[in-house]
Amino acid sequence: MEKLISASLIGLSQGAIFALMALALVLVFRSTRVVNFAQAGQAMVSTYIGWEVVTRTENYWIALPAAALAGALLAAIIETFLMRPLAKRASHGAIAPVASIIASLGVLGVLHSGAAMIWTTEQKLFQSPVSVNGIEIGSTVYPFSQADMLIISTVVIVMLTFAFFFQRTSLGLSLRAAAFQPEISRLAGVRVDRVRTIGWALSGAAGAIVGVLVTPGNYLSPFSLDILLVYGFVAAVIGGLESPQGAALGGLILGMSLSFTSIYVSSGLTFIVPFVVLLLILLVKPKGIFGGGSSRNA
Amino acid sequence: MSLVVRNLSVDHGAIRAINNLSFIVEKRRLTAVIGANGAGKSTLLRTLSGLIPASEGKASWGEHNLLKGKAEQHVRNGVSHVSEGKSVIPELTVEENLDLGALWRRNKKEADATKKYVLELFPRLGERLKQRGDTLSGGERQMLAIGRALMSKPQLLLLDEPSLGLAPLVVEQIFQTIRDIANSSDLTVLLVEQNAMGALKIADIGVVLNLGNIVAIGPSADLIADPAIRAAYLGY
Repeated sequence: MEKLISASLIGLSQGAIFALMALALVLVFRSTRVVNFAQAGQAMVSTYIGWEVVTRTENYWIALPAAALAGALLAAIIETFLMRPLAKRASHGAIAPVASIIASLGVLGVLHSGAAMIWTTEQKLFQSPVSVNGIEIGSTVYPFSQADMLIISTVVIVMLTFAFFFQRTSLGLSLRAAAFQPEISRLAGVRVDRVRTIGWALSGAAGAIVGVLVTPGNYLSPFSLDILLVYGFVAAVIGGLESPQGAALGGLILGMSLSFTSIYVSSGLTFIVPFVVLLLILLVKPKGIFGGGSSRNA
Repeated sequence: MSLVVRNLSVDHGAIRAINNLSFIVEKRRLTAVIGANGAGKSTLLRTLSGLIPASEGKASWGEHNLLKGKAEQHVRNGVSHVSEGKSVIPELTVEENLDLGALWRRNKKEADATKKYVLELFPRLGERLKQRGDTLSGGERQMLAIGRALMSKPQLLLLDEPSLGLAPLVVEQIFQTIRDIANSSDLTVLLVEQNAMGALKIADIGVVLNLGNIVAIGPSADLIADPAIRAAYLGY
């Protein structure tokens, strides 16, 4: 029973992190068709900004929005000055689908080395606002901490805010329309370029929140968030790569399968499990759980 | 206010899709552009709405230069384009598709009034507001596409093959609706059609395109009566 509760709670906490990372990747992919490998680097730089704020102010609740803002800004800059001109210049031929991917890898490299130059590769301790030790109930210590609770509740709030924004606001409608059918959206008067930049900014903010949630209790280095790219992509693909709900569900499935196998079977399986889960799901649903709608042309 | 196209040429790579086209559409007229597949009809509309660049020439709507600026700007200047093949967004609901056309409008009261007008024009859409676009029939989708364009309160409406893929009865309905819209509002319509007879019947003016060149232009009744046009484009 204790094992079951622990596995579920840990799965939920990890799943929330993967889900938000997946959402960040999905937001970029569905609005601009870019598979953004730089996402981990953007989250890392934003987390360093958060770390700077938290070491100066000793206030996590200022650091979190500051990092989100930095993440949004960084993403908007990358989209406006790199991805948009690139999409216009490399819109035809064999290079078209890969140019942006290679560029995003380049950005990841620049962010890695830039961060190493500014903050060195020495690991930084990011203070957590709440306890990172397991919660004690009676005589049992569960491997689930207040920090995990903070992660779950923050991700739920962020996800609900995004859902409200996309479904109930004019700007949200523009974002969805531009993602599905950019040309028709243009003809309806949507400023598609601007809307795409906003999509990237939202994604950058989501990635930054992931970094600032997952780093406390761990150490921060220029490479510490790279592994989340893998989990985030697996979760996003499980969900269909285009669907925010799919990203949430994909993250949850991945988090649960990781925590259950590591608690019930062996923690040595951590690196195999995501790919086994991914393969099994893609065998059953090749387009992902929420995927398979109409295709579109950018 | 009139649509003035002068010496307009458009190239698709090495192919000249439109060659030195000149015509004028007077305000409140319904003009039909007919011609076979590949005559340059869609290219003409896509150029006028700012989706593709022109190679040479001029095109203006009133004081607005249609060859400058993006499609999203043209809408704000009163030019709405319903592109070829039911131009609705299938993943959005009927209501979202309609609202999309008026998002840019500042005056929400006026936008609401336009929506009321559109729903009176197409009561079927009113019954399906919460349904996704892809649950509609072909005719309903075309109504939604036209409705969305009207939501932007256009002065110049560009319609690309509204009859495409529709059953004959539905085609007749759509054409009648287009004629009604043109009659009842302050709207200038440029209608591009392969269904030449249907389009000429409701149009005031007809333009016949062949391989990017104008081969005939005049009152549509005259074109229908012209034996050469009948033989080549109307099929009898």
